[in-house]
Amino acid sequence: MNMRVGWRLKPIVGRAVCALGVWLLTAPAAHAARISDIAESTLLERAIRFFSFSDPSLRFALAGSILLGICCGLMGAFLVVRKLALMGDALSHAVLPGVALGFLWNLTRDPVAIFVGAVLTGLLGAGTVQVIRQTTRHKEDAALGFVLASFFAVGICLFTMIQNLPGGNRSGLDKFMFGQAASMGPQDVGLLAVVTGLALGAVLLFYKELKITSFDPAFARSTGLRVQIFHYGLMLLLAFAIVASLQAVGVVLVSAMLVIPAAAAYLLTDRFGMMLLLASVFGLGAGAIGSFMSFVGRNLPTGPLMVLSASAVFLLALLLGPRHGILSRWWRQVSRSARIRRENTLKAMYQVLEENDFTTDQITIKDLAVKRRETLDEVEHQVATLKRHGLATISSTGDAACLTPAGWQRACEIVRNHRLWELYLTNAAQMAPDHVHDDAEEIEHVLGEANVQALERRLNFSRKDPHGKMIPGIEDIHAGRALSRDSERATGFGGKA
Amino acid sequence: MGTLIPAFDFQRCVIEPWVSDPWGTGWIIAMGFFVLAAGGLVGNYLLLRRMALIGDAISHSILPGLIGAFLIFRNSGTLVSVLGAFAAGVVTVAMIEFIHRQTRVKPDAAICIAFTSLFALGVLMISALESQGSFHIDADCVLYGEIAFVPLEEPLQFAGLTLGPPSAIRMAGILALVIAVICIFYKELLVTAFDSGLARSMGMKSGVWHYGLMGAVILVVVGAFESVGAILAVATLIVPPMFAAQLSSRLSVRLVLTMVHAAISSLLGLHLSYWLNCSVAGAMVVVGAALFVAAWAVTTLLSVWHRQQSEPESSESSRATYSIP
Repeated sequence: MNMRVGWRLKPIVGRAVCALGVWLLTAPAAHAARISDIAESTLLERAIRFFSFSDPSLRFALAGSILLGICCGLMGAFLVVRKLALMGDALSHAVLPGVALGFLWNLTRDPVAIFVGAVLTGLLGAGTVQVIRQTTRHKEDAALGFVLASFFAVGICLFTMIQNLPGGNRSGLDKFMFGQAASMGPQDVGLLAVVTGLALGAVLLFYKELKITSFDPAFARSTGLRVQIFHYGLMLLLAFAIVASLQAVGVVLVSAMLVIPAAAAYLLTDRFGMMLLLASVFGLGAGAIGSFMSFVGRNLPTGPLMVLSASAVFLLALLLGPRHGILSRWWRQVSRSARIRRENTLKAMYQVLEENDFTTDQITIKDLAVKRRETLDEVEHQVATLKRHGLATISSTGDAACLTPAGWQRACEIVRNHRLWELYLTNAAQMAPDHVHDDAEEIEHVLGEANVQALERRLNFSRKDPHGKMIPGIEDIHAGRALSRDSERATGFGGKA
Repeated sequence: MGTLIPAFDFQRCVIEPWVSDPWGTGWIIAMGFFVLAAGGLVGNYLLLRRMALIGDAISHSILPGLIGAFLIFRNSGTLVSVLGAFAAGVVTVAMIEFIHRQTRVKPDAAICIAFTSLFALGVLMISALESQGSFHIDADCVLYGEIAFVPLEEPLQFAGLTLGPPSAIRMAGILALVIAVICIFYKELLVTAFDSGLARSMGMKSGVWHYGLMGAVILVVVGAFESVGAILAVATLIVPPMFAAQLSSRLSVRLVLTMVHAAISSLLGLHLSYWLNCSVAGAMVVVGAALFVAAWAVTTLLSVWHRQQSEPESSESSRATYSIP
């Protein structure tokens, strides 16, 4: 890029823009969008004041934020599972011309007129997306982008035309851009309550239908459900939710409140009912935390704080989710590879014992190092790890180790798994005996008890692996450290085979 | 309603601007054309790769980049702002890819999560800075921009010649760069957009072109940001290519049509805004969208007409084809 003609935010022009106030009329929306203007009080006092719920404006703002969170979380869950996340974004922009038209109806901020206008243009936007997808070659993303941009542009034009109208009460339209939870009155909260009730009622009544049409539209159609009706019903509810929430969080951030709590819930559960519940709870939490932080931290707007709280919840779910969380997955991987290392050491110890015909229960570190082809330090470290897990003991001189009963049992199991699998591969899968070792190295750590029993039955309880070594049986495993010479047991006549 | 939509006055809406202020009118239209054409050219490739909404994400998340750069360097100069915006764009793309790869969240939700979180962060930073009184940026300008201020800038002088408003010259540079890159790498861009498997087999690194395209999107959006704002910058990436794609299947024709669309919508948009007394950038996008709707209607009607014309033949021929065992 040519730096001579480079980019900059020209402060003078920027100030001129603001001074002229071409766009919006009153103070910057972000300024007004905080719940309370308490100039001189400490953080603690403000926190106490928050929990006393004494300010009526706070009560409305908090109730509104909580209702908004529940309603958006619920609707957002459907968006996320239907892969319509960006539909929320497109619709929240598409309602803007409706807001302007509703305002033009009688040139006041009549909530009912604005609500009706916004819902109508929202539905028009959803319909346009559908029509573009069906009649042109454009894909969903382009259709959504088109609706988002063109409806928003129409909205901007209408807004600027309204500003140039002579007379009329124009204040307050700017709130729809960035939202202003602080200005929510009983009417707005009432509207949110009605919309939340409607959404809850619809979900409870048509839970099964909504679930089927969301996850398997083809099956739903085959059972005679009208999939399109449910799609548009959802879009209607979505438009309701968006329009009712605009007041509090504004056009851009509504889609965040729809998608982020639902996506966090999606990371945590595989059951749809649970996901709906979690999404509403996360939305509720984000609303409450957002309004708390906005009240406690001075001069901070509510909407962005709500969104960032929701993002924090998402981040936590992303990292710590029990099944899909990144940290949990990482921890599972680390502990699995540590277990495999331990089991490999145990196996080597068994093999050292076997080479000594089980005449002694001492395994010298040196023999083990030769077996593992590792340095003495590494082997000492591994044996120390075994000791920590109660699988081995170390002699007082430190140059030899013994298996504990638990360690012996696990070592036998691993060797058995390995040799059984080698035998299975050579007998049943007709593989050459010198090709089966690597495969068995992998699977010995994951074979379960049921698999082992099935393998043993399948192999007619053979006791000898393809390399002529004995396979430890159940008796060996449960024999503990007793070095018996019983001829029925692998550990009894190791090396004689 | 009568006061809302004034009567169309040819003298006032079309002649007057050119007579009274040719410099301003000319530069506004030029700026509109530069923004729409540069965005549209890049957008053609986004559309082919079904990534139209990546532009949406990037244009929103530039906001915290600008503020963050200001916070770090305490300076709102050119280089700093560009760096900040660029970094924010890169962070957005990285966040989207991270969420998409590392979790089972679908890409559309990942886009939404990434850009709305960053945008919320930006709004929060603005209001925190404003309350300290150390910074002033009107959050509304960020959303809609103001193209009408372009001619008010101090004109750029070069070797004694008056060139024009710096932001328009800069946007022209970006447009020239985009055109040059498309001309030089036409084949590579074509193949990677349509068939990444073929591109790989021909030894092209599809990742390089992917991130190159992201870089171009960020560059165009940063340049367009100030004049048309975050949300209408999305329109420049989506509307002209959709218009072109409606009319042609050939990429080279589409690129030319994009430029034509940009020129028509900036010219008509300006006059529309003089007529209706409304936002210039908004009016340009409205005209652009109307052009798409017109193209859509025409092509749909034409295809219906064609079908009716060839109905008897085609039904016979299809029967003939099916009768062959």
